[in-house]
Amino acid sequence: MTAPAVPAAVPRVMRPSVRGRGDRFASLVEVWFRAHSALVYVFLYAPIFVVVLFAFNDTTGVATRWKGFSLRWFDVALNDPVVLKSLTNSFIVAVPNAILATLFGTMAALGLQRVGKRLRLAFDGLTYMSVIVPEIVIALSTLVLFATGFDAIESLTGEKPKFGYTTIIAAHVLFNTSLVLLLVRARLSGMDRTLVEASADLFATPWRTFRQITFPQLLPAIVAGFLLSFTFSFDDYVITTFVSGPGSSTLPLFIFGQVKRGVTPETNAVATMILGITLLTLIIGQVLLTWQSRRAGQKKGGIAAVVIER
Amino acid sequence: MAAIAPGARTEPAGGRLRSSLLTTVLLLPAAIWYVVLLVLPLLIVVVFSFGTRAKNGGYAPAFVLDNYARALSKPEPFIDSLWMSAAGTIGCLLVGLPIAYFLATRAGRRKSLLILLLVVPFWTSFLIRTYAWILILGPGVGVGTIIGSFFGQGRVDLLGTPFAVLIGLVYGYLPLMVFPLYVTLERMDRTLVEASKDLGAGRWATFRQVTLPVALPGLVTGSILVFIPMMGEYVIPQLLGLGRTYLMGNALVTDFLDARNWPNGSARAVFLIVIMLVTITLYLWFVNRGRRTREVSVL
Repeated sequence: MTAPAVPAAVPRVMRPSVRGRGDRFASLVEVWFRAHSALVYVFLYAPIFVVVLFAFNDTTGVATRWKGFSLRWFDVALNDPVVLKSLTNSFIVAVPNAILATLFGTMAALGLQRVGKRLRLAFDGLTYMSVIVPEIVIALSTLVLFATGFDAIESLTGEKPKFGYTTIIAAHVLFNTSLVLLLVRARLSGMDRTLVEASADLFATPWRTFRQITFPQLLPAIVAGFLLSFTFSFDDYVITTFVSGPGSSTLPLFIFGQVKRGVTPETNAVATMILGITLLTLIIGQVLLTWQSRRAGQKKGGIAAVVIER
Repeated sequence: MAAIAPGARTEPAGGRLRSSLLTTVLLLPAAIWYVVLLVLPLLIVVVFSFGTRAKNGGYAPAFVLDNYARALSKPEPFIDSLWMSAAGTIGCLLVGLPIAYFLATRAGRRKSLLILLLVVPFWTSFLIRTYAWILILGPGVGVGTIIGSFFGQGRVDLLGTPFAVLIGLVYGYLPLMVFPLYVTLERMDRTLVEASKDLGAGRWATFRQVTLPVALPGLVTGSILVFIPMMGEYVIPQLLGLGRTYLMGNALVTDFLDARNWPNGSARAVFLIVIMLVTITLYLWFVNRGRRTREVSVL
């Protein structure tokens, strides 16, 4: 019984003496790993911090010269009719987009389980394509499609449809449907099939099995998909600028326009509000998902887990 | 038991028809969106690329190669985009690989928090995160002033330089590189590394012969995920490059929104689509080639 313990113990004893110099190098590498990672986090958050900080700057001159703390620029922003109009527009676009994308994406993920390999591959190809094609290509090709289509409609009916909320939503839904589809499908593939089979064996109808077994397990992915679709649409600049019409420009378009004319503290205040809204969305999602996974007795929870785990 | 189970799932008469109807209904909305708002627009762009500009802008039907000839005679935006995206991808790799490795192997109990902290900026507005660098790199706040005084140059305005664009690219796309790398490294069998060390392999040999091959699928996925969107990036060169770094994205916006020369822009866009298709084909070839390489999820 003691024999196997000896060879196992030998390397452990020998290692330090053999690799004395290597260990000092190893600890240097460890320090470097930590320092690098810490710096990456500084790199990621410093710019966000700077924007938020200067939104509270009590200045009427240069936006980046600190003159003391003040909330005045939030007051200015919230009383600016253009800001309010853009903010409303952003919600008018982002909410229906998130609802449609979540619905379509979840439906497609469920439907894809029921089809043959060839159709699934074709669908996958299109899904990945819609995610990976540079946004600007999607934007310009959608513009061309709408313009051509609207001309055709005009020649048929004499009335020309206009660019506006509908065109923005339609364009956003494409990318976000794929996003939801990928999230929900990842969850489906990791799901415990035995429960579904047990439910069927117990003579539950397919609908009841779906409602009581499948849907609760998919819920975290669906919630994550909804929230992500909302924030991506709320934040989008490139596609929106191509397919928006007069009166339908969103908050990112407002910010872009302002920035090109020069940075003001008001821009920072509006930017901080957008950051606040998206962060709030993420926190709500995180809380919901943690709560849901705790209730379902799962170990991992949260948006990060849904997105990264596969 | 085994006899009952299939029986329980036998569908009633007409069930198959209803089932395929349900499948169709489930897939229909997404399919419509893919066909009408992805495939059709891209086809239209290809058709338009052979046309001519209508008198008051837009497109007039024709079959000419002028647009391609023009795009090829002025290839600077395309070549600059290629260089910039390559540099950005390498930058993401240099910054991202160590932190992905740290998260996968060293993070311990704080892992999920650290990952969440990595995800959060990725989900907050891309435009605002890019805009933030105007404050940092422009005159006024610190970085330019600090670097300037360091080299005795007075104030250095980094805005409008290719360097500023590069920072923006790495900053904007870093998480897309880190996630796939992290996923592959996390799946790595740690005993392989120990076995390699026990067999006397040095640190570098272990990294090159064990860690790197395991991380390769994630590395390739990450590189594609950052490279392709960088090729069409518009916001970053416009805001941080002040339009002086004139990339494909800027050229496309000029063609479509300012000059309203759609055929010209379409020809340029076709170049981007081709680059994308080539990259993805190479990727699929790479994924299907290996025995151990597994496709890493995009998200």
